[in-house]
Amino acid sequence: MIGALLNGLTALGSTVTRRLERLGLAARFSLTVIMVLWPALRRTPLVIREVYFSGVRSISIITVSGLFVGMVLAVQGYEVLQRYGSADSLGVIVSLSLVRELGPVVSALLFAGRASSAVTAEIGLMRATEQLDAMDMMAVNPITRVVAPRFLAAIISLPLLSAIFSAAGIFGSYLVGVKLIGIDDGAFWSQMQANVDFRLDILNGLLKSVVFAVAVGLVSVFEGYHAAPTAEGVSSATTRTVVTASLAVLMLDFVLTVLMFRGLM
Amino acid sequence: MSASEATPLIDMKNVRFGYGERLIIDGLSLTVRKGEIVALMGGSGSGKTTLLGLLGGRIQPISGEIHVAGQNVPTLARKELYTLRRRIGMLFQFGALFTDLNVFDNVAFPYREQTDLPEPVIRDLVLMKLEAVGLRGAHPLMPSELSGGMARRVALARAVALDPMLMLYDEPFTGLDPISVGIVGRLIKRLNSAMGMTSLIVTHDLTETLRIADRVVMLASGRIHSDLSPEGMHSSTDPFVRQFADGLPDGPVPFHHPARPYAEELFAR
Repeated sequence: MIGALLNGLTALGSTVTRRLERLGLAARFSLTVIMVLWPALRRTPLVIREVYFSGVRSISIITVSGLFVGMVLAVQGYEVLQRYGSADSLGVIVSLSLVRELGPVVSALLFAGRASSAVTAEIGLMRATEQLDAMDMMAVNPITRVVAPRFLAAIISLPLLSAIFSAAGIFGSYLVGVKLIGIDDGAFWSQMQANVDFRLDILNGLLKSVVFAVAVGLVSVFEGYHAAPTAEGVSSATTRTVVTASLAVLMLDFVLTVLMFRGLM
Repeated sequence: MSASEATPLIDMKNVRFGYGERLIIDGLSLTVRKGEIVALMGGSGSGKTTLLGLLGGRIQPISGEIHVAGQNVPTLARKELYTLRRRIGMLFQFGALFTDLNVFDNVAFPYREQTDLPEPVIRDLVLMKLEAVGLRGAHPLMPSELSGGMARRVALARAVALDPMLMLYDEPFTGLDPISVGIVGRLIKRLNSAMGMTSLIVTHDLTETLRIADRVVMLASGRIHSDLSPEGMHSSTDPFVRQFADGLPDGPVPFHHPARPYAEELFAR
């Protein structure tokens, strides 16, 4: 009985120690990446290439998702608003939902699933096939050459993708709300223009996207760089990226929302 | 042998390295003179590849000195280490070509990263290196379009791009057909003499090794077991050397992994 208890405590202690070690490793790695951002930024072609792979190639999934989310919001929003005779406010409800919350959050989740997982797998495979070691032996720092450009690409791409998501969503809600349901065109746009604040809503949404991009970007490069050099190691790292990045986005969203909009509570 | 050739390029003294309690390298001392081709052989887990990691400064020893070209590698700061690494080439086991770059860009990589040479000059240098390994015509191909032997030759061209003083080879013959083994072996020998390099080869291929190496150093239990010329390897009566040279399944290196007695294991319930 006591033996089992001791074994349990030992296992718990070992798990906690391992987690703390990994957290320390992640913090040190993040600092290293941040310290080489400037030299990496000067290697513009590498960053542009990664923006293309992570950002440009995510535009279709982001646009289609945004469109459908906006269409669903329009149907749901209209169903509730018309009970109170406020169907004309549909544009405001949809746009605020999108620019404040759904745009940054859903695009970050989609980005984690599509682009960040690919970044982790790519860096993990480079580790497994000794490409990172080869680079290091050629006196080229893999953090500057491989990791930092991918991280920068996430910071550049995600806020833009988030804006595209929100724009597509608003267009989707316009199609359903105005063209399909028949809400007044002028009321839809003018109420949106009057009630969506640039600083409070749009800039805060953009700021959220930047914070999510830092989190998702760091998770993806960290997991890839520290993946075990085996097929199983790379697949586990890819899964961890999607899970950790998604949870980080949702938790950070709550914290940021409280900080940004607590005056409204 | 001239005086400069007699100068040791690599001088390792009492090096110890391990993971946790387990020692991989245990008090190893090794000297390699300039211009030599030295083969490192030994069973799996004997510390051969670890030795290359220590020489390149990729891992740190627990104790001991590792001098390469007069510099003690473990004490070097990152910047100094990178300066030294520009003079060291390494061929990895499966080439480690960058899969997103074609053959030309792989070989051009060290020039673009480490020099300010204009593109036309880089082009000529890359084509010259590829010509030396017989693959000038393959320069537009992607690594996925190459055979194992071709990939190894491209990686060799990339590794010698900056004319290193020292080349480290990690199992360069593994997984290659006999023709490719012969090609890579001759290239190693030719490049070593033509470019005035020193080569350290970790390998299991005894036939090719005996053809190109000046010395064969055998490792066992993290130490040097023997240091022989190719002729000495042929005539050695040492049981460990003979087991390795003749490919005997059992001997000083046991066939069985340490375990409980067989009968005890089978009948234990």
